[in-house]
Amino acid sequence: MCGAPDQDTLPALEVSAGEAVVHGVVRRDGAPLAGAYVRLLDRTGEFTAEVQTSATGYFRFYAADGDWTLRALAPGKVVDTPVSAVRGQAVEATVEIPA
Amino acid sequence: MSRADVLVDADWAEAHLDDPQVVFVEVDEDVSAYDVGHLKGAVRLDWTQELQQPAARDLVDRDDFSALLSAKGISNDDTVVLYGGNNNWFAAYAYWQFKLYGHADVKLLDGGRKKWELDGRELVKEPADRPATQYVAKDADLSIRAFRDEVVASIGEKNLVDVRSPDEFSGKIKAPAHLPQEQSQRAGHIPTAINIPWSKAAADDGTFKPDDQLAALYGEQGFDDGRSTIAYCRIGERSSHTWFVLHELLGKTDVKNYDGSWAEYGSLVGVPVQKDV
Repeated sequence: MCGAPDQDTLPALEVSAGEAVVHGVVRRDGAPLAGAYVRLLDRTGEFTAEVQTSATGYFRFYAADGDWTLRALAPGKVVDTPVSAVRGQAVEATVEIPA
Repeated sequence: MSRADVLVDADWAEAHLDDPQVVFVEVDEDVSAYDVGHLKGAVRLDWTQELQQPAARDLVDRDDFSALLSAKGISNDDTVVLYGGNNNWFAAYAYWQFKLYGHADVKLLDGGRKKWELDGRELVKEPADRPATQYVAKDADLSIRAFRDEVVASIGEKNLVDVRSPDEFSGKIKAPAHLPQEQSQRAGHIPTAINIPWSKAAADDGTFKPDDQLAALYGEQGFDDGRSTIAYCRIGERSSHTWFVLHELLGKTDVKNYDGSWAEYGSLVGVPVQKDV
């Protein structure tokens, strides 16, 4: 498997010692936004991964230690949110897309 | 071969949804995307179950490809327009496979599902119902498919283009960052490979960058036009995306896709691996 897994049917979150999980919810107008595209960009702005949010607006990445940018795409909107990942932890991020 | 021969934009697709000569085909790894909605009249291809032999992890053979397309209602003289999620990775893989088996007229929808969705264009839930055909595939064109022995022999000889993300290339992570990282393979890359991530060839919305930018991209990264080329990634679908750019959009000659990719190479015993971290 290599494509972005369906974010509706992800396994329960278990963070192994070597993983640095970044996860969270994309919201628009305070409500979870399903079907948004979330891109994980590395410290140089290089694309690393992309998923589409679940019915509850959820997304999850398995990154490495360090600083990343979450870039959310919705029709007519692009929103960048910085996040720092930590090995062995799950860091939660909320992405707000303006109405 | 030029961009217009191999790529259509969303406006063209929308104008040809009812064209009887055109068959739209959605290709995803996660086949549930099609159920949520797809282009009107589009048929579905399951990358994992229909384009590959799941047990052997190989492409379906010529006869199975013929049977598959016959059952999907695709004829040899149809114009096939492929699209899908994940920035068209799996659609590009299917495109490469259609070319491998000699389909005459096949194109990609620029931007795939993502661009279509971000544009707010119509998706429907009704599955396509096409009468079966008698599709006849040609013998596999192995001039566009690389196997592991050739890859090992190509170290230092050909352009080996590793299209994974920089952290996968260096060995920092073993799989794309949307996946759990427990894998059996070694981490790293094939020695002498140059790292030109597939994503550098595409815009945020999944459309391919203009030809002049693409030509400059590979030149800047050390791509040698005087050499033959093999593209690889982890399982061969992102490298299909780059194969499409190099062979179909830029018209470079002797470009192969190594569909075994890192899943195979990184599991071999005794082959050279370079790790940078």
